[in-house]
Amino acid sequence: MRLKKFLISIFIIINILVINQSYSIEPDVFVQSTVNRASEALNNKYSKEEKIDKLKQIASETVDINGIGYYTLGAYRKNISENEINQYEMLFEQYFLKSFSSRLAEYSNPEIEVISKKELNKNYTMVSSILVGTEQRPEVKIDWRIYTKNPENPLIRDLIIEGLSLARTQKEEFSSIIQSNDGDINALFSTLKEFIK
Amino acid sequence: MKKIIITSIISLMLATNVSAGTDGENSLTKKNSSEVKDCFESVNRATFKFNQVLDGIIFEPVAKAYRVLPYPVRAGTSNALDNLSSLVTIPNNILQGELKKAGVNTGRFIVNTTIGIVGIFDVAKKIGFIEYEKEDYGQTLGVMGAGPGCYIVLPVLGPSTIRDTAGSLANLFGGDPWYNVTVANNTQHFSDFDYYASRASSGIDYRAKNIDSFENLEKNSMDFYASVRSLYLQDRQQKIVNSNSITETQDDSDWEEIETQ
Repeated sequence: MRLKKFLISIFIIINILVINQSYSIEPDVFVQSTVNRASEALNNKYSKEEKIDKLKQIASETVDINGIGYYTLGAYRKNISENEINQYEMLFEQYFLKSFSSRLAEYSNPEIEVISKKELNKNYTMVSSILVGTEQRPEVKIDWRIYTKNPENPLIRDLIIEGLSLARTQKEEFSSIIQSNDGDINALFSTLKEFIK
Repeated sequence: MKKIIITSIISLMLATNVSAGTDGENSLTKKNSSEVKDCFESVNRATFKFNQVLDGIIFEPVAKAYRVLPYPVRAGTSNALDNLSSLVTIPNNILQGELKKAGVNTGRFIVNTTIGIVGIFDVAKKIGFIEYEKEDYGQTLGVMGAGPGCYIVLPVLGPSTIRDTAGSLANLFGGDPWYNVTVANNTQHFSDFDYYASRASSGIDYRAKNIDSFENLEKNSMDFYASVRSLYLQDRQQKIVNSNSITETQDDSDWEEIETQ
């Protein structure tokens, strides 16, 4: 009877472990699969509008847009009202999707190879990849900051191109807009609205 | 007299720079690009606009025309210019205490200048030399602990800092052997034109390689000036630390407090 209970317990534990393992996604596999989806979306058989729609869909599913938005807002997010945060989240998402898809839509059939990954801590893993060079552009090193707090649903938080962080660049751009307008967050909202028009 | 005035200006710039940049903190620690002060922002923005106009009239069209040249011609030009730049990289390797790199780069320069026909062919890479990394006097000043000082935009030359500008001036005072044999001294083999043509080609080569990235960045930036400033300062920081791993060059603790899951 004891043995039976013991075996049942072992069976349950193994099952739980297997189930957990089967749902967690390795960050490098996640990046390669995202890149493959993006490459397919950038295939020349699609029109530019179709490419943009597909890229927006991919970004919505694989990028932590809210997380990037909070990071980009920096210390300002601590001093604005709940209402302003909600407005910012909405504007940022539209801005991000437009900016992201329009940046990528210019490329055709980009070939990206995932090289390695490095776990920074429980929440972050950096995945290194190479955008293969062509006669028109040199090889480009791209690192991906992957948010892995929920290993079953890893999300992209930053792209670091040849050591230059897109999120940091965006953060400093936003900060510059706010500072140039005497710290008024509404100036950033107006600029975002203008951009997403 | 002219040399005395220029030397005084450089000394003043460096002195101001060191005090503006250090803040009692080693400059090699992780720094955010936003920590570098844009002391002359309104002048910088005006110069930036001027450079953009100049770029639209001269550099961009020339870079676009240059891109039409066959790939082997562009690759050969780029290799030859890189080879020439090792004349500045090698003394900076030595000043930074990187003697092994100085040796490797000297070997690379000799191999590429002779077998590689004045550097047109990167033979050294093919026979297994490690990847070439440019160094300059601005980076050396950074390694020695001089802070960047204020961010500045130079007419025609573009983004810089007080430290990097002072570093560039070192090239004109004996720090660049190529400048010494072309402009500074009257040798029978080279003329001033050779130096200025190589500098201009270098600028056009760089512009041509980055034409799509610049267009893309400009199109998708809400404040293009701020984006360029951020990218320039991030780039300089990683070159000084000799790493393109962002976790080694930038303070990324801001990410830790963002919770969305």
